[in-house]
Amino acid sequence: MILSQQDLTALFVTLKLASVSTLVLLIIGTPLAWWLSRSQWRFKYIIEAIIALPLILPPTVLGFYLLISLGPNGPIGGLVAMLDGAPLAFTFTGLVIGSVFYSMPFVVQPLQNAFTAVGQRPLEVAATLRASPLDRFFTIAVPMAKPGFMTASVLGFAHTLGEFGVVLMIGGNIPGSTQVASIAIYDHVEALEYGQAHWLAGSLLLFSFLLLIVVYGANRRYTVAQP
Amino acid sequence: MASNFSVAMKALAVEFEKTTAHHVVLSFGSTGKHYAQIKNGAPFDVFLAADAARPALLENQGIANAGSRTTYARGKLVLWTSKPDVNDVQDILLNSQDVRHLALANPKLSPYGMAAQQAMVELNVWPKLQAKIVRGENIAQTFQFVHSGNAELGFVAYSQVVNPKRSVQGSFWMPPQSLYSPIDQQAVLLNDKQASKDFLKFLDGSLARQIIQNYGYDLP
Repeated sequence: MILSQQDLTALFVTLKLASVSTLVLLIIGTPLAWWLSRSQWRFKYIIEAIIALPLILPPTVLGFYLLISLGPNGPIGGLVAMLDGAPLAFTFTGLVIGSVFYSMPFVVQPLQNAFTAVGQRPLEVAATLRASPLDRFFTIAVPMAKPGFMTASVLGFAHTLGEFGVVLMIGGNIPGSTQVASIAIYDHVEALEYGQAHWLAGSLLLFSFLLLIVVYGANRRYTVAQP
Repeated sequence: MASNFSVAMKALAVEFEKTTAHHVVLSFGSTGKHYAQIKNGAPFDVFLAADAARPALLENQGIANAGSRTTYARGKLVLWTSKPDVNDVQDILLNSQDVRHLALANPKLSPYGMAAQQAMVELNVWPKLQAKIVRGENIAQTFQFVHSGNAELGFVAYSQVVNPKRSVQGSFWMPPQSLYSPIDQQAVLLNDKQASKDFLKFLDGSLARQIIQNYGYDLP
């Protein structure tokens, strides 16, 4: 076996983290992006700026703040302790929370653009035909924004695959639960195990490339504007 | 150089620049990363590693100057909690029911992590603590895990806990050095520049040795 058991586990944890985070992001991101695309609120740009922050901040900044917030003296950790929950640092759930913050703009921005591109007109027409707001959203906006959902899912997934700094700060490197592929590669390099580092890095490279090929290939068939 | 040495190194650099006309530029990082960078031609003059293995490898490969290897510090391991005034920190380790997470540096990467593992094996607590162990990539990150309170307890370097410029934070227990193999941190020359040689000579001088000891290291 070229990839060790621990490397395979790390790849599995990575895929699981990316899938769960993308799902959570779509659930949170869809209503948020919809609101952003429709709202006339004058301070909307502040929310947009907050969502875009992870694009600029080094992941270590995010990881550092998360580590402190998840700690017993931090706001999230304190709240969890008050509710008698188990602390979140060094757990898979903690990583999902980190990834959701980290990949938020990659999901919300394509969705917001796609919803904006749908425009008012189709929804107004549907309204005159007595479609309820919820009905209009699911039968008009969502299908029309399908390429946006596609882009958002893939970018969210792919960006979480590449996550390193946040996991480094709050993961604790536990095999099977918080040791992701990027960390395992880093460990191999640090331990001078360059052969194993090559195999794992190569697998991740190939997988990411194939993923993007599929997406860009599929996206060609749609005509809606690129985000 | 090794990140565990950063605080001491800054103090040393100030003294070195005072006593010579040279100027020092410091690059902190993990020993494994610096090893890879030096092997691939990074323009460093002197390499202060966290262990003896990587400088020896560079010497064997002819990248570092033969015979320039010297132990500049011997690290001391401490079991540390960020809570102040804990009387018996060792007892928390031995009776670890209330410990949710015990942090150590990855034994594969860090000599301090390896020492922590050896000490726990010697104390017969290594198997039973497995499920509670979280691993930092290096000793600085391990320190942060404990400092932020996310891990109740952790093995860190004494040099991180003690600092001549401020009081000790939290509480610690220093395991006897018989529980782990010596953490010899070695330095090597990477070229023949006079400044590099002067620095290694300075590092071996009495002033530097005093500073190194003040910052929590032993000397061989």
